[in-house]
Amino acid sequence: MRDVVVVGGGLAGFRFVQTLREAGYDGAVTVVADEEHLPYDRPPLSKQLLAGTFTEAQCALPGEAPDVTWRLGRRAVRLDRERRAVVLDDGSVVAYDGLLIATGRRARQWEGAVPAAGVHTLRGLADTAAFRADIGPGARVVIIGAGFIGCEVAATLRKEDVDVTIVDVAEHPMPVMGPEIGSRAARIHESEGVRFRLGRGVEAIEGDGRVTGVRLTDGELLEATVVLVAVGSTPNSEWFADAGLAMDRGVVLCDAACAVLDDQGAVVPEIFAAGDIAAWPHRHADGAACIEHWSNARDMADLAARNLLLPVGERAPLASVPTFWSDQYNVKIKSAGFLRAVDTWTIVEEDPDRPSLLAEGHRNGELVGAVAFNMNRSIIGYQRSLAALAPA
Amino acid sequence: MKITVDTNLCEVHGDCVVAAPDIFDIGEDDEVVQVLDAEPGEEHRATVAQAAKMCPVAAITIEG
Repeated sequence: MRDVVVVGGGLAGFRFVQTLREAGYDGAVTVVADEEHLPYDRPPLSKQLLAGTFTEAQCALPGEAPDVTWRLGRRAVRLDRERRAVVLDDGSVVAYDGLLIATGRRARQWEGAVPAAGVHTLRGLADTAAFRADIGPGARVVIIGAGFIGCEVAATLRKEDVDVTIVDVAEHPMPVMGPEIGSRAARIHESEGVRFRLGRGVEAIEGDGRVTGVRLTDGELLEATVVLVAVGSTPNSEWFADAGLAMDRGVVLCDAACAVLDDQGAVVPEIFAAGDIAAWPHRHADGAACIEHWSNARDMADLAARNLLLPVGERAPLASVPTFWSDQYNVKIKSAGFLRAVDTWTIVEEDPDRPSLLAEGHRNGELVGAVAFNMNRSIIGYQRSLAALAPA
Repeated sequence: MKITVDTNLCEVHGDCVVAAPDIFDIGEDDEVVQVLDAEPGEEHRATVAQAAKMCPVAAITIEG
């Protein structure tokens, strides 16, 4: 192995390079990334960076990635597996004998027409800067999407007393945590002054030139000076769509070792994938799971780097328990396990005044996940017990 | 080996507690991690190094 190429300059790409060097690889490494920035951490974008308590420089990922050739501001446009090469948008060709696919996802855009100014998404440093700059005195912000990004942004803006309304077709915010937890989360946000319009869709984002409002499907018009569209993400997989790899809902399928599969289901031993561009066989998923959490990018990238240097038969399987965190007001939300598999949520402990909460998620009676609000010790116990289950 | 935690960075993610439970701990209410043994023996080096590597905010430093 003399030429390792990483496509994608986010957490997964950066960790992969760091771990590859730690594991003793001393060949060439090229990282292709479409942003002009060196890799940075995304969790602060909706919190500390938006609040202004972090600078962009403080969002840099920690540590070194030694001896890397950075191809910043360049996109991969094609994967040529026969020639073992990646073609970039400037026509240059980068040959590999080991490849990591780590192009992640981009914010899903609003599908209807949008006014030219005042409508934002939030996924990169430039997005946060542009959104922040648009929020002037007396701003009325409407957030379309009550997922984690929408809720974190709402919490950040309410600390500055910005007027915030969240709209979602779901009946509860952060619906992956189920209605019991979601309704409690809604009460926390409402007590901080957030207005919700739940169970209702958006008919149109209105405005001539600049946004003026959001029209709901029941006819209500929410006045808005700024709109954040936070309706999920789309995989950046177009560049390898014709490479004959196994795909599921736009992401590439991996084996348990994080090596990708071809469209016949055979392992491609020299190509790995990590982060939310990839799905891997999780025991609680029906088939493969694409997990869009920070910790999943970290764990897949670390394992992929070590496995790339090993023969196929000696590669270790991923034993990562999905976890995430979200900071909203004085509440630390943490989860362990594969929440999308849960069929029954049970609140096992709760103190609304603190506020704190611990909930277990079961599927067919088996524990598959847990969520905690401000119970940082308890959630670790669930991380451990879920990790003790056999991997896929 | 000497372990230090930058308490300005620590956000009590708890990944260090999972990686090295003999060395790190957090209570339900803690705002920063507790270091149970700041100068552990060599037998803990692998788990402490893993704890530092897993930390999402790189708050853990190992000297020596």
